[in-house]
Amino acid sequence: MTGTNLWDQQASNRRKSALLVAGFVLFFAWDGFGGDLAFWLATKDLPPREYHHTIPWLGLLITSLAGGMVWFAWAKGPDRVLWAAGAREVVEPRGLEEQQLVNVGEEMAISARLPKPRIWIVPDPDPNAFATGIDAAHSHIAVTEGLLHALERDELQGVVAHEFAHIRNLDIRLMTLLAAIVGAVALMSDGLGRFFRGGGRISGGGSSRSEGKGGNPLALIVLVLWIITLILAPIVTRLLAMAVSRKREYLADATGAELTRNPGALASALQKLDAHAAPTRAIAKGAAHLCIVDPLERRINDREGALANFLGSHPPISQRITRLNGMAYMFAKKEG
Amino acid sequence: MGTMLFFIVLVVLALWIIGAYNRLIALKNQVVNGWKQIDVQLKRRHDLIPNLVNTVKGTMNFERETLEAVISARNKAVNATGIKETAAAEGALSGALTRFFAVAEAYPDLKSNQNVLQLQEELTGTENKIGFARQAYNDVATTYNTVQMQFPTNLVAGLAKAVPADLWEIEDAAERNVPKVDLGFGKSPA
Repeated sequence: MTGTNLWDQQASNRRKSALLVAGFVLFFAWDGFGGDLAFWLATKDLPPREYHHTIPWLGLLITSLAGGMVWFAWAKGPDRVLWAAGAREVVEPRGLEEQQLVNVGEEMAISARLPKPRIWIVPDPDPNAFATGIDAAHSHIAVTEGLLHALERDELQGVVAHEFAHIRNLDIRLMTLLAAIVGAVALMSDGLGRFFRGGGRISGGGSSRSEGKGGNPLALIVLVLWIITLILAPIVTRLLAMAVSRKREYLADATGAELTRNPGALASALQKLDAHAAPTRAIAKGAAHLCIVDPLERRINDREGALANFLGSHPPISQRITRLNGMAYMFAKKEG
Repeated sequence: MGTMLFFIVLVVLALWIIGAYNRLIALKNQVVNGWKQIDVQLKRRHDLIPNLVNTVKGTMNFERETLEAVISARNKAVNATGIKETAAAEGALSGALTRFFAVAEAYPDLKSNQNVLQLQEELTGTENKIGFARQAYNDVATTYNTVQMQFPTNLVAGLAKAVPADLWEIEDAAERNVPKVDLGFGKSPA
C-alpha cells in the first residue's frame, strides 16, 4: 500500500516541479515578449524615420535569463538554501550531540533504504529542521543547534525520519525549486519594474507627440496586462509556497513514524518544538515552507478551515500531535 | 502454418523463462546484499565491545560477571554461522549489553565518562542500524521466497538454484524491546 502511495507522491511532485518550472519560464517569456508586443504596437504606426521595435530582443533576453535561473535553481538551489540559513556541514562530528545526529541519519538511511544525505547544522538556538535537495542522491538535512540541545535521541530520530520522508517522496525538489523561484521572481519583478519605468521615460522623450496624437489602444491594453502580471507574480509565488506545504507535513509525519516505528517520539519532539515559541531567525522567509515547524511562528498556522489551509504553510502542531498519538496507539495495539 | 505457430510459442516460452530466471537472480542478489548490510553492522558491534570493556574495566571491577557475560556473548556471536545461529547469538549479545548498561547505571563515574558515553552512543546507533537492516533484509527475503514458490515461477526456480532464504527472526519476547539501550545517560528527561 505504501508502495503505490509513495509512487503517487513522487509522480505528483515530479509533475508539480515541472509545472512550476514551465510556469516560471512562461511568466518570464510573457514579461519579455509581452513588453516587446506593447513596444511593437506602440511604434508600428510611427513615421518610417522613428524607432520601430521589430526584433523582440527583450523577450529573447529575459526568456534565456529565466532558463538560466531554472538551471541555477536546479543545480545550486539546495546550496543557496543552506547558505542562506548559514548552515555548516558536519563532516567530522564534534562531541556527542553531533555524533548522535550523524548516527541517527545513518539509521534512517537504512530504514528508508536511501543513500545517506549530507548533514548540516544551523547555528540558531530555536529548534527547527529542514531538508533540501533535488533527489535522494543529492539531498541534505539541516537541524538547528537548538534542536540538538532540546531533543532526546529518539525524538531527534523522529525529526530526522520526518525529513527523510520529504526526501523520499521528492517534496524536497518541489520545495527547493519553489524557494529558489520565489526569491528570483521577487527580485526580477522589482528589477523589471524599475527597468520599465526607466525605459518608458527614454522612449517617451522621443515619441511623446505621436503618442499624444492617438497612440494604439491595443498597446495600452497589453501594457496594463503586463504591469498587472509584474505586480501579481511575487504575491502568487509566495502564496504558492505557503499553500503547497500544508498537507505535506501530515504525510511526512506519518511516513516518518513508519520509518522509526515510533510515532510517540515525533509527537513529543513536536511538542518541544511548539514550546519554543521564538522564531528561527537564521531561516529566511523564502525557505519557511521547507521547515518541520514554521520558523516565523505565524498565527495563521494555528488555525484550521479553508482560509488557513490556503494561507498557512504548516498545519496546527496540536493537530499533528493528535494524529501521531493516534498512530502510536494503533502501533501499541498491533504489538499487543 | 503449424510449424510457424509452434515456433512462436517456443520463442515466447524462451523469453518468459529468461525473464523469470533473471528476476529470481536479481532478487537473490538483493537478499545477499541485504544480509551484507546486517553483517557490516554486526561486525562493527563486535569491534566496539572490546573497547567498551577496556574502558570500564577499572571502574566496574566488582561486576566481573556482567562484563564476562558480555565478552562471552560477543565471542559466541563472532563465531556464529548461518542466519538462525547468528540471529540467536546476536539476540543474546543484545540482552547482555542491555544488562550491562543497566548495571553501569549505578556507577556515577561511568555516567560522566565521555569515552563511555561515546561508546554507548555508537552501540545504540549500531543496534538501531541492525534493527532497520534486519527489517529490510526480511522484506526482500520474503519477496524472494514468495516469488520462487509461486506458480509458474517455481518451475524455473531449480534452474536459478533458488532456495528459500532464512528470515532473521526475533526469538524471545524480551529481545523485541531491546533497541532501547539509552538509559538517559546523556540528558536528564525533560
